Amino acid sequence: MTLPGIPLLLQSIVSGILIGGVYGLVAIGLTLIFGVMKIINFAHGSFMMLGMFTTYWLYVLLGIDPYLSLLLTIPLLFLFGLLVERFLIDKILDAPEHNQLLLTLGISLVIENLALFLWSPNFRTIDVSYANKATTLGPVMISFPKVVAFVFAIFLTTVLYYFLKNTDLGKAIRAASEEKEGALTVGINLKKIYYIAFGIGTACVGAAGTVAAPFFYVSPQVGGVFVITAFVVVVLGGMGNFLGALIGGLIIGLAESVGAAIIPGQLKQFIIYFIFILVLLFKPAGLFGKANA
Amino acid sequence: MFLLKVNNIDVFYGDAQVLHQVSLTVREKEIITIVGVNGAGKSTLLKTIGGILKAANGEIWFMDDRIDLLPSHQIVDKGLIRIPEGRKIFPTMTVLENLELGSYLPKAKVKRSESLEKVFDLFPVLKDREKQSSGTLSGGEQQMLAIGRGLMSLPKLLMLDEPSLGLAPLLVKQIFNTVREINVQGTTILLVEQNVFNALDMAAEGYVLENGRIVLEGKSQDLLTDEYIKEAYLGV
Ligand SMILES: Nc1ncnc2c1ncn2[C@@H]1O[C@H](COP(=O)(O)OP(=O)(O)OP(=O)(O)O)[C@@H](O)[C@H]1O
Ligand SMILES: [Mg+2]
Repeated sequence: MTLPGIPLLLQSIVSGILIGGVYGLVAIGLTLIFGVMKIINFAHGSFMMLGMFTTYWLYVLLGIDPYLSLLLTIPLLFLFGLLVERFLIDKILDAPEHNQLLLTLGISLVIENLALFLWSPNFRTIDVSYANKATTLGPVMISFPKVVAFVFAIFLTTVLYYFLKNTDLGKAIRAASEEKEGALTVGINLKKIYYIAFGIGTACVGAAGTVAAPFFYVSPQVGGVFVITAFVVVVLGGMGNFLGALIGGLIIGLAESVGAAIIPGQLKQFIIYFIFILVLLFKPAGLFGKANA
Repeated sequence: MFLLKVNNIDVFYGDAQVLHQVSLTVREKEIITIVGVNGAGKSTLLKTIGGILKAANGEIWFMDDRIDLLPSHQIVDKGLIRIPEGRKIFPTMTVLENLELGSYLPKAKVKRSESLEKVFDLFPVLKDREKQSSGTLSGGEQQMLAIGRGLMSLPKLLMLDEPSLGLAPLLVKQIFNTVREINVQGTTILLVEQNVFNALDMAAEGYVLENGRIVLEGKSQDLLTDEYIKEAYLGV
């Protein structure tokens, strides 16, 4: 272990918080789907990859700015998630958990292998002018695309929070996640709530992919990098807890980044799993309990 | 004119048959009760009428429509509302949010503020606790909320599944009075109860369900004086 100097520490804190916002957004999609449907979506990472590739190709083929492409990736991924739920996930909602696991894992394998086949395993980057743009604040360098990603993640989370809190459809989604029979008795169509929630979850992770694309590599297997982290975040924040996922994302981002400054080399993933195990041992319902936001 | 007609339904959980050839009729403006011991199949019957379980055989008619093949949200939309056993309120949501969700479907939503006023008239305590998360209400208040939420859906027929379950005698009385009041205001009631005396006392007609079969039906006064009922259900 090495003790980092103050500047390095500050730098890692800032970087950690910024990437933590993206982790939060990925995790929010996952936790929303889990909260409503009690399904662990192992295809989440492949959805993120689709978001990234959509942005990549829109940029390469049509010259559409990555941030502008959000206007397309969000509705496209929403629709994609909706269809996946409607025609695949819907069939196994009452099936035993291992069948659900096999299906979502299977979906991710199909999507990733299709991506490998179509686009090769190469790492690609989006060479927008602002990809490496940064400002310095004292000893700390602040990357422009990471700030945008962070701000956007917070913004989307806020919009979603407002939607769940204040609209009838949002309330119906919360109702369905709390009490299914109660939801049925007031006339909520659970099948519809499921595909909408799954669509929203997919749109969230797709949007996270889009805003990460300017500063991260794009490849068929990139989703796994984020999603393993997101699983930890979801457990940390409390399964199904919306705000818990955002705060959990920030905590994991910080822990990972500061940990990397303290512990050398490849050990930084160790920090995340260490936190994961601690949470499972001592606070299995997550830091913020099981309650829905 | 009948409002609800159940014709010879059979209902299964997997391979286990729980309802056998059950039939019943509910006429407009009446209070009808179904009584039976634990496990008789009362909740199963109400769930089947409400469309969250499906009958393997038989038919269910609500007014002029056959409803046994419809999804539950379409049945709710027709004004056939079930208040489930154990209340099934949304615990982390506020009292007001729970009530608002009662008027989730478009027809009920149009009348939301009007219905809210009626519910608050019936249960002033809900008005006082409007902003409170409903999981923190007392058992009696939760039952009132469940009934209030049901009323928000503009029921033509209100099915209540053991509304007095787990309540103190004074509250039981209050809940029964409320049910009567709702009926007086024009809503037809199908009441499932284990509180056999109170239920029969209030209802026009009763059905006795045993092991998934209707074993007795008739005018409430007749049932109340029936020797078998007296012995098996009223303990006299
Ligand atoms: N989901 C289920 N799966 C399998 N069997 C069930 C299920 N729900 C109920 N049963 C069985 O069906 C029978 C009828 O149950 P039901 O809940 O309809 O009875 P009930 O008359 O409402 O009883 P209670 O007064 O205790 O509420 C019981 O034997 C019960 O064990
Ligand atoms: Mg019951």
